[in-house]
Amino acid sequence: MSDNFDVPAPLEGVGGWLDDRFHGARGFRVLMRKVFPDHWSFLLGEIALWSFVVLLLSGTFLALFFVPSTTDVIYHGSYVKLDGIRMSEAYQSTVNISFDVRGGLLMRQIHHWAADLFMAALIIHMLRVFFTGAYRKPREVNWLIGVGLFTLGLLEGLFGYSLPDDQLSGAGLRIFEGVLQGVPIVGTYLAFFLFGGPFPGNDIVPRMYILHVLLIPGIILGLITAHLFIMFHQKHTQMPGKGNTERNVRGQPFFPYFLAKGGAWFFFIFAALVLLATFAEINPIWLYGPYTPVAISSASQPDFYMGILEGSLRMMPAWEINGFGHTLSLSVLIPALGPLGLIFGGAAIWPFFEQWATGDRSWHNINDRPRNAPMRTGIGVAAVVFYGVCWAEGANDVIANKLQIPLYTITWIARVLVFVGPVAAFFITKRICLALQRQDRETLLHGYESGIIRQLPNGEFIEVHQQVDDEARAVLEAKTMPALLPAPGSEDENGVPAPSSRGALGKVRARANRAFAETIAIETNGHHGNGHEGGNGHGPAVEGGHPEQAAVGSAAAGELPAGGNQKDSSDS
Amino acid sequence: MSWFNARRRRPVAGYAALLLGLVVVGLLYGAFSSTGGSAQASSPGPSQSDINTGKDLFDATCSSCHGLDAQGTTQGPNLIGAGAAAVDFQMSTGRMPAKEVGAENERKPVTFSAQQIYEIADYIASLGGGPAVPDAQQVSTAGADTALGSELFSANCAQCHGFAGAGGALTYGKDAPPLTQATPTQIYEAMLTGPEAMPVFANGSISPSAKRDIIAYIVDTRVEPNPGGFSLGRTGPITEGLVIFLGGMGFLVIIALWITAKRRDPRPTGME
Amino acid sequence: MSDMEETEGAEGPLAPRRVIGTPPPTPRLLGSTAVAEGGDAGQVSDETGGAEHSDEVLVGTVSDERAKRVEKIIAGCFTFAFIAGCGFIAAYVGLEVGSNRLGHGDSVIDAALRSNLALGTSLAVTLIALGLGALLWVRYLMPDVEVTEQRHDLRSDPKDRQAFEQYFKEGASNSQFVKRPLVRRTLMLGTLPLLAAPVVLLRDLGPLPGTSLRHTVWSPGRRLLVFGTDTPITAAEFSVPGSAITIVPEGYADDSDALTKATVTLIKFRPGELDIPTRMAGSTLIGTMNWTVDNIVAYSRICTHVGCPVGLYEQTTHHLLCPCHQSTFDASIGAEVIFGPAPRPLPQLPITVDAQGYLVAKSDFTQPVGPSFWERG
Repeated sequence: MSDNFDVPAPLEGVGGWLDDRFHGARGFRVLMRKVFPDHWSFLLGEIALWSFVVLLLSGTFLALFFVPSTTDVIYHGSYVKLDGIRMSEAYQSTVNISFDVRGGLLMRQIHHWAADLFMAALIIHMLRVFFTGAYRKPREVNWLIGVGLFTLGLLEGLFGYSLPDDQLSGAGLRIFEGVLQGVPIVGTYLAFFLFGGPFPGNDIVPRMYILHVLLIPGIILGLITAHLFIMFHQKHTQMPGKGNTERNVRGQPFFPYFLAKGGAWFFFIFAALVLLATFAEINPIWLYGPYTPVAISSASQPDFYMGILEGSLRMMPAWEINGFGHTLSLSVLIPALGPLGLIFGGAAIWPFFEQWATGDRSWHNINDRPRNAPMRTGIGVAAVVFYGVCWAEGANDVIANKLQIPLYTITWIARVLVFVGPVAAFFITKRICLALQRQDRETLLHGYESGIIRQLPNGEFIEVHQQVDDEARAVLEAKTMPALLPAPGSEDENGVPAPSSRGALGKVRARANRAFAETIAIETNGHHGNGHEGGNGHGPAVEGGHPEQAAVGSAAAGELPAGGNQKDSSDS
Repeated sequence: MSWFNARRRRPVAGYAALLLGLVVVGLLYGAFSSTGGSAQASSPGPSQSDINTGKDLFDATCSSCHGLDAQGTTQGPNLIGAGAAAVDFQMSTGRMPAKEVGAENERKPVTFSAQQIYEIADYIASLGGGPAVPDAQQVSTAGADTALGSELFSANCAQCHGFAGAGGALTYGKDAPPLTQATPTQIYEAMLTGPEAMPVFANGSISPSAKRDIIAYIVDTRVEPNPGGFSLGRTGPITEGLVIFLGGMGFLVIIALWITAKRRDPRPTGME
Repeated sequence: MSDMEETEGAEGPLAPRRVIGTPPPTPRLLGSTAVAEGGDAGQVSDETGGAEHSDEVLVGTVSDERAKRVEKIIAGCFTFAFIAGCGFIAAYVGLEVGSNRLGHGDSVIDAALRSNLALGTSLAVTLIALGLGALLWVRYLMPDVEVTEQRHDLRSDPKDRQAFEQYFKEGASNSQFVKRPLVRRTLMLGTLPLLAAPVVLLRDLGPLPGTSLRHTVWSPGRRLLVFGTDTPITAAEFSVPGSAITIVPEGYADDSDALTKATVTLIKFRPGELDIPTRMAGSTLIGTMNWTVDNIVAYSRICTHVGCPVGLYEQTTHHLLCPCHQSTFDASIGAEVIFGPAPRPLPQLPITVDAQGYLVAKSDFTQPVGPSFWERG
């Protein structure tokens, strides 16, 4: 249904002018009709996107007032508590922005909250993509771009909050330099080159500044553009549902629906950031004071996205190897490289590892339900628990103070939990996934309990089960059964051994394959019995007779007998 | 029948009687109990009667842990030489009398009146000297150099008490308390005497005027408004991280659910 | 009044009403994007032509009266946004901050708070009103349509792939890149230095570390100054057991580069409490009671883990705790590590008294201060 109106002449004129030069009509025709599937979790990546836009806008404002210089000055400005204190120009300009520029404090806080939201949204978005398997072919490159964005965002935030040269971020920079210094062979050179000499030097703030406002945002912008373009071109994935196939996309068109929703989402995200910036104080650098290497505060932590590094540094026991005139400080190197290396490296490799283990080279445009991929979900939850333990340990002194738990106890708990937690989480999650799959199968076969009790002629009471409707059925049935690679040692009819399971690596692959293939088969034909495939020793399903179905009739369970007793249920 | 008798047997009468009893007892208690308080400007020199009263109070309350001659026992340290300032600090913040032996002593409601605290302090001072209770002029922050105070606080105090005096964790379950309630006198006394795990900042290392600067910084900071909104505890990025996930992401997820919720419009009728 | 609601859809009028506590007839599982209630309203066109094809299906309409009502609400939102936006500009113009603030009686901080609240609230209200208006517009004013689009094959047409291969081979053979190894190899040789140039150009980023990490500015006779007041200190002034204070070297009290390695913590112990064993690192003396003065000991303040200042001194346990990663050192036995990730004790600064009685350094630290590095040994 469209209203009858004429496109206004100026619009037509401009449109025609552009089209003459760029054949825009064809491209825009496709764009306007482009379909974006609707699911709330698909909006998480956009939080990161719009936060980045807010970062660019607020950052430009701040860059007009900030002075990236470590030249010492004596403060004589508005904030009298610091009057007469020696500080760097960078710190002074930040205090000026906070107290002497209208809207300056608001912009500083919007900028910092937006950085936090950018990283938080990235993490949640990454988890969503991981747990729904949306990184699978053909989207592996987009996943890698995302991992790259995460790393760059981390660095960008680190440099950003270190620019004001305050006590808290200066301590963080000192830790950064100490870790850098400990890198074998080249560590001292790296540290001296980055800082232009011994710490703190006078070069680090201007260098971080140019990295923070030009180089890294440029790369991030390029990667975001590539990320969006690839997503546009390949079309977004969609959730399983009735009518959703691997070859279609269903949703609302870009013009005007997605445009309006995207605009509304931008305004809400911006509004959330402004609300936080108005009512929740962040990074009060005037309370921290200017950086001096002499002082430190309790509860010194970096911003949350660096928390995993902080926690692993706190968790690690002392370990250093001295020999042949050289020192290898493992108490610094293992925390610095281990957890981040594990998480980022693991994330980058994961799509390829999963492809290798499952042998699955087909395209996937329908998302998995997390329960239908127990191995992936289990490993994902284990990674989240690992990340969480390191992160919580980073706050151990605040936890010790607020919850009245001794400091060393928390560290010891973390040291144990960082190994035990992920393993336990993996097993528990996998079992939960398999149990949920079983529940789905039961629902498909026998319907759900409708809460209606009927008395049979022989006096027995049964609860009537109702079949799920088409939409739910489509979701429950949207499960791809993983294919099994040939077992090691197996041969085809000509005696040729299976190439994929040859050798030591092949055996590993076969084991991984078995693990990935563990799942509960769906059945819809109503047969009872031992319909498991690919499982490792699952017992037969406990399926006895179901009198309610036998009594009602062998037709589709849930069909209620005529007579309308159900209408008797009172309406009061 | 009188008004009272007519209503005496109602159910609500019982509750009213109970309430009345509580109010009366509370008033009586308030009237007769002593009100604790920190020491004011010191009186001109302890008199012998002060010292005697102090000794009596000490023998009654403190000697069980600190010994009858304040020499100390296994449960409490030797107080000879501790000085009046230490006594005043510990007692005016309510840390002493200690609740539990061996546990960290925290600020709690004060048991003695200011006069009684003075008397005990005089008695302890008479035993072995020690730092005296500072007078009002010594803790006055008029004309203090708050900037120097902030530098000294950052270098010597913030590592335990936090950059804004919000407190912090020490080892083995101890805590450096927040500095939101300490009076200037108590802050001065704490620096001077180094209570419990806190190190001593004697007048040789931090002069009396430097102490005043630090007090000025602490007092200024704790009453300073937070221009950016709620302070989130002044503990730094930990609470900020919590807020962004629970507050920011939580709010936005709810909005996202609304944006993508299914519509329930009536189906189209006829052909459009 | 019951909680039951009529089920809609395929089950028809005989379908039982929902009972409390049971799942609804259309359970929301993962928010599937299936068609709205109505079963067959969404016909999916099943074209396999490979080209994109979209089908707009009207799934729900908005009645005229409802549309008018919603239109008024949306207009109200946008008007409210306008008012709030004007409020933002008014707040900016009207509320001064810093030294320009009106009525200098109030503090700078109060002025900043006022301005922040006013600007932030008005801006947030503007944005929420705009977002709300846009959202209501798309959800309650625009008709509910659903479009199905076919995904095209991402893999190229075999013809295209063949053409690519052919053009590539033609071009490659025309360039003779494969046929002439001398050209090819000298090309690579020629570009190698250029690739190395960016790395080479970074050499002047900073000086070589040399031995600078092995020394601090402490030297024989250099006085210990109390940080902040920058005054020297005598042993008599630092005589109360349990005292601790932050020390900086004379002449370098404002030099951050020097202070990063040279800051020192001075601690006074009771007689008998301090017991530093005489320790060697190879042939170098690194700790001894001879380096103390009257039970006063000076330790480096720079943590041997990653360099934070170790300021937290607990008088009762004589532990030095670094607040960054909780490395704990026992100050009574030479700052030995008793917990945490620090690999080495804090270096001890040899101190003595000068002719005027002030505490001075006997010499520089005898081992490198601060975090470990490869060449430390």
